[in-house]
Amino acid sequence: MSLAKDWTQASIQTIIDGLKHKPGAMLPILHAIQDEIGYIPETAVAQIAESLLQTRAEVHGVISFYHHFRTTPPGKHLIQICRAEACQAMGCRSLEQHAKESLGIDYHQTTANREFSLEAVYCLGNCATAPSIRIDDDIHGRVSLDRFDALVSRHRQNMKEVS
Amino acid sequence: MSTRIFVPCDTTALSLGANEIAELIQLEAQERKLDVEIIRNGTRGMLWLEPLVEVETEAGRIGYASISPADITSLFDAGLVDGEQTHKTCIGHVESYPYLKKQDRLTFARAGVTDPISIEHYTSLDGFNGLKNAIKADPQHIVDEVKTSGLRGRGGAAFPTGIKWQTVLDTPSEQKYIVCNADEGDSGTFADRLVMECDPFMLIEGMTIAGLAVHATQGYIYLRSEYPVAHKLLNEAIGRAYAAGYLGDNVMGSGKRFDLEVRLGAEAYICGEETSLLDSLEGKRGLVRAKPPLPAIVGLFGKPTVVNNVLSFAAIPFIMSKGGQAYADYGMGRSRGTLPLQLAGNVKQGGLVELGFGISLRELMEDFGGGTLTGKPLKAVQVGGPLGAYMPESQWDTLIDYESFAAVGAVLGHGGVVMFDETVDMGAQARFSMEFCKIESCGKCTPCRIGSTRGVEVIDRIRSGENADMNWDLLEDLCETMIDGSLCAMGGMTPYPVQSVMKFFPEELSAKR
Repeated sequence: MSLAKDWTQASIQTIIDGLKHKPGAMLPILHAIQDEIGYIPETAVAQIAESLLQTRAEVHGVISFYHHFRTTPPGKHLIQICRAEACQAMGCRSLEQHAKESLGIDYHQTTANREFSLEAVYCLGNCATAPSIRIDDDIHGRVSLDRFDALVSRHRQNMKEVS
Repeated sequence: MSTRIFVPCDTTALSLGANEIAELIQLEAQERKLDVEIIRNGTRGMLWLEPLVEVETEAGRIGYASISPADITSLFDAGLVDGEQTHKTCIGHVESYPYLKKQDRLTFARAGVTDPISIEHYTSLDGFNGLKNAIKADPQHIVDEVKTSGLRGRGGAAFPTGIKWQTVLDTPSEQKYIVCNADEGDSGTFADRLVMECDPFMLIEGMTIAGLAVHATQGYIYLRSEYPVAHKLLNEAIGRAYAAGYLGDNVMGSGKRFDLEVRLGAEAYICGEETSLLDSLEGKRGLVRAKPPLPAIVGLFGKPTVVNNVLSFAAIPFIMSKGGQAYADYGMGRSRGTLPLQLAGNVKQGGLVELGFGISLRELMEDFGGGTLTGKPLKAVQVGGPLGAYMPESQWDTLIDYESFAAVGAVLGHGGVVMFDETVDMGAQARFSMEFCKIESCGKCTPCRIGSTRGVEVIDRIRSGENADMNWDLLEDLCETMIDGSLCAMGGMTPYPVQSVMKFFPEELSAKR
């Protein structure tokens, strides 16, 4: 889930301490923090640097290199639209246009009510049933414009029921 | 005895609603007081038929294709549980279905047949027999068997696997590593994903054999984070393999050690390049390393490392079970064995097609693919991912093997075939090739980092008619610079699709005014 959760420096340190013994622990630590709280908070950078005996610049360099890691809280749901060739062949250019217009945001943005964040992705490996999108950890195939709207409203509905 | 009903659990089946179908079948059976057992199998690879529900009968497994929730009641009314074949979704005996029957399923023999995380299912169909033989053999014998098979790296570079293993075996070191490249980033490819989701023990077995062959005790699977289903299934399978003694400090009672761990990537296409992948595994930015030294000599954490693609490791259990020669009996020329091809994009019958090398591209797209999904004429095909050339109709009779493709300036890569109908704007595709490189370049070498940015700009100028002729020459020059001057295949091959558009579809790159 991409829902941003509460965190403290202590809770972040617990995550780091549980993984820092691993060879090449940087990515596992970053994944664990983002899985837990939805993004990598600024204060975590210094904590990771100190724990792994690296500079903050090095940690920042790793975070900024990978598209997956984010430094701002995401919306309640993260929608990723595949922009790669197999999906292009099945109309993903109009799908991404439609997604941006219907959500009222561009890539790397979050709706004002913090329901949805929108990101591009380059291949979900669902290329025989394109176009594909991912909402949180679920991948959806053969996403027509209507199916996109239905998926979005289903997630909206679920959120209303939860709240 | 309860009737066994199979509902696939791979990403594509799930993306088309397979979980809901499984639940509805369970509920409907309960309501009708029918005794059924639902098994979540992998996919057969006939992905356009998903969700493909199968029922086990005395006459084999009967399939019902593209099932939607609305079909459930009528399916039961039409005798689903008895395998009756009257319902409109019924495709009959699944293994006799031509798409499947015409294939040479060596690597994907179990895909869709078994529950992917059942060790019992795996061992009942030849699973771990290769490992058994490898434990009895000495390392050189294993490497020789792989050489005999003629297996070449299935990730795209097609380097002979046996020679790579020999180099690692011959390089003395206290610590060596086995690394599986599961960063399947090429659009149009999903064969690695299918191995991991449908038959993960085969990958575990292949990597363990590699460990025995070169004296490596630690393996890592570098898996892309875009594959959440594969991640879950792989971890489950690894946990079960440890519990059953196929991994750990006493592999199958041999006294030999092999440990295996999945590491997640983080959405960076470049990390599919092996040296960039190694840097990423070490916890760094995924920057490409200059070669030499080869990873086989100075690899992960500076130690000798076998880096192979999922499909390469996945071919190993067959080779060690049936012998290298049995594998080499398939294929043509210097391309031995089978290649799992993947039909994707605008295709009617998309999915996995495992065949010996040597079928023509046209046969693959027509006989298996059935043409485009939209029904409009096929215009161009991109084979081998985003770095592969767009092939026009004049090249569709090319035979699928590494050498034939190279001869026409195309690449087979990881075997992905992405089809486009006549509505595609080839100029936009050329622009995307440069744009993708701009987004995904690791930034270490200038031709790739700057060249891709300039490439997008120059293509935009050509398409808007600004000094079109001069910019056309500039683009040609830029492509050559990137090919000759880049450190790795990312910058070095990005121009291939661009050049193919310039050569075969020039009017589409220049005509948009």
